[in-house]
Amino acid sequence: MMNLLEIIEESFGTLTLNKTRTGLAILGIVIGIGSVIALMSLGQASQKSITERIESLGSNMLTIMPGSMTQGVVRGEAGGRTTLTLDDAKAIASSDQITTIKSVSPEVSSRRQVTTASSNTNTTIQGVVPQYTSVHKVEIASGNFVTQRDVDSMTKVAVLGPTTVTDLFGENAEAVGKTIRISGQVYTVIGVTAAKGGTGFNNADDAVYVPISTAQKLLLGQNYVNSIALEAQSADMMVEAQDQVGYFLLSRHKLSDPSQADFSIMSQQDMINTISSATQTFTTLLSGIAAISLLVGGIGIMNIMLVTVTERTREIGLRKALGARKKTIVTQFLTESVILTFTGGVVGIVFGVATSFVISKVTSSGFVISISSIFLAFIVSAAIGILFGWYPAKRASDLEPIVALRYE
Amino acid sequence: MSYPGNMPSSAIISVKNISKIYRVTDVETLALKNVSFQVNRGEFIAIMGPSGSGKSTLMHILGALDIPSSGQYLLDGMDVSKLSDDQLADIRNQKIGFIFQAFNLLPRTSALKNVCLPMAYAGISKAQRLSSAIELLTRVGLSDRMYHTSNQLSGGQQQRVAIARSLSLNPTIILADEPTGNIATAQAEEIMAIFQKLNSEGHTVIMITHEQDIADHARRILFIRDGKLESDHPVSKRRFSKLKV
Repeated sequence: MMNLLEIIEESFGTLTLNKTRTGLAILGIVIGIGSVIALMSLGQASQKSITERIESLGSNMLTIMPGSMTQGVVRGEAGGRTTLTLDDAKAIASSDQITTIKSVSPEVSSRRQVTTASSNTNTTIQGVVPQYTSVHKVEIASGNFVTQRDVDSMTKVAVLGPTTVTDLFGENAEAVGKTIRISGQVYTVIGVTAAKGGTGFNNADDAVYVPISTAQKLLLGQNYVNSIALEAQSADMMVEAQDQVGYFLLSRHKLSDPSQADFSIMSQQDMINTISSATQTFTTLLSGIAAISLLVGGIGIMNIMLVTVTERTREIGLRKALGARKKTIVTQFLTESVILTFTGGVVGIVFGVATSFVISKVTSSGFVISISSIFLAFIVSAAIGILFGWYPAKRASDLEPIVALRYE
Repeated sequence: MSYPGNMPSSAIISVKNISKIYRVTDVETLALKNVSFQVNRGEFIAIMGPSGSGKSTLMHILGALDIPSSGQYLLDGMDVSKLSDDQLADIRNQKIGFIFQAFNLLPRTSALKNVCLPMAYAGISKAQRLSSAIELLTRVGLSDRMYHTSNQLSGGQQQRVAIARSLSLNPTIILADEPTGNIATAQAEEIMAIFQKLNSEGHTVIMITHEQDIADHARRILFIRDGKLESDHPVSKRRFSKLKV
């Protein structure tokens, strides 16, 4: 029995004899592995950017939402859910039992048309308390944020996000001191927040912040709150904080069974998990499509190997006549197909990494390559070689030496 | 020079009543009928017969490429008709040196690598393989052609590579199937000279041919017709190749 190293050496020699065919067979695997790697890394990059964006909203943050615990984050909007009140928030803030929470930020929000003399925009109106800045890591670029006095006396003041300033007053305009109208009521702009760089979903830069009392009574006409955001003392207290607040609210709402809770508490991590699972599904779907091209590549390898076996029938007969055992012939042909797919895998990895790098440059999104996906690609390409090389190799080894020697 | 007649009789091949039936879609063809003979160590035998006589079938059975339908074939005392595929592969590797009419060298592969192949299957180390192959190619007069690939060699040269290959594991018998069928007469003479030299050195050679003047280089001729052994006699006027090898 020849040793494997020698068989590998010999297979390399055989494969280099027909370079065009070998190259074309490899190309199928290159495209398959390459697109899987590229799509997986694009998926991971988009997941990473989403995670970063959520984390930028505040990393020690817990959010209490009214209504029962549901899988989706965005059961939200919760127009009909009225189980949380400002008093709940005050009770959490002042309770002696709750030791893990640093600040409490009850919030209401709704979309409204905002106008100035010359311009208008449709944006999110956030009813807030002063703790909002601490919980959501909001910085003030100019002027001041909403104060406790504003909340207590229901003043008609507003703090604008930078995008809203641009929409209403133009680029780099001084907004502090000017007035805006929200649903016809006049509000004085007292401050502008610093840009956080978000877009689309939950954009902190495109919002108008008003005192929560003002929002509840004058704008929305509701006495419940849409959510209560909490800032834990530290990131490793999140679970404890979730429990403390959960049980506190259960007893406050006179409920004994956690399954009947009329609220849910989500940590930042829960949100990340939910959104991650969505992007994960998307990535899996795309990678699945890419995997089909890998399958087609594998069938290409099988086809080439079958042609090779037929072409080399006499050679196989000779090898058997000279003492090659079945196992040696199987190993020889399997080695050839594994070399084909493995080479395709390596080139495909390079190709895939390069593609996702170029895409990340062009779209200026993140560039993520996980070692695990590269490792997986190696394993998969070798496995395809074995899987699709098996049948041709078996056919070769089953040839009768006499028949094979006589084959023209 | 040693002659088999002067050597103690030791049968390395013993064929007893072997028959071979081919069955192709319900039609049975009897390719060999009750053939029996013995071959002693150091003999040089030519098996002759017209085409379709069964001599190729006999050669396949002697070469452990095929097994008889009935009867017994002992090679070196071992009953070859009862061996598994892998055991037959090992027999072909260790005990039989094949030489084919069409040379059957690996295409686009050097003479040296071709000679190494059976030794590779036998698990001999690379260094040892190469030194044996160089020695064997020198013996058949190809020391200056070792790195030529098979398609760069003439028919006669290719057959000499095949002879070197057949000798690589010092087989019990050298089995040649029409070794001169595909090469020019002058070169055929060379091949016969090599066979006679190998035989004089003690190798047992069995050669299939349909040419009388080639067969006359052997010491004994078996004649097969219609699957039966028709005659078995020593060569009366033996030809000796005049070429020095």
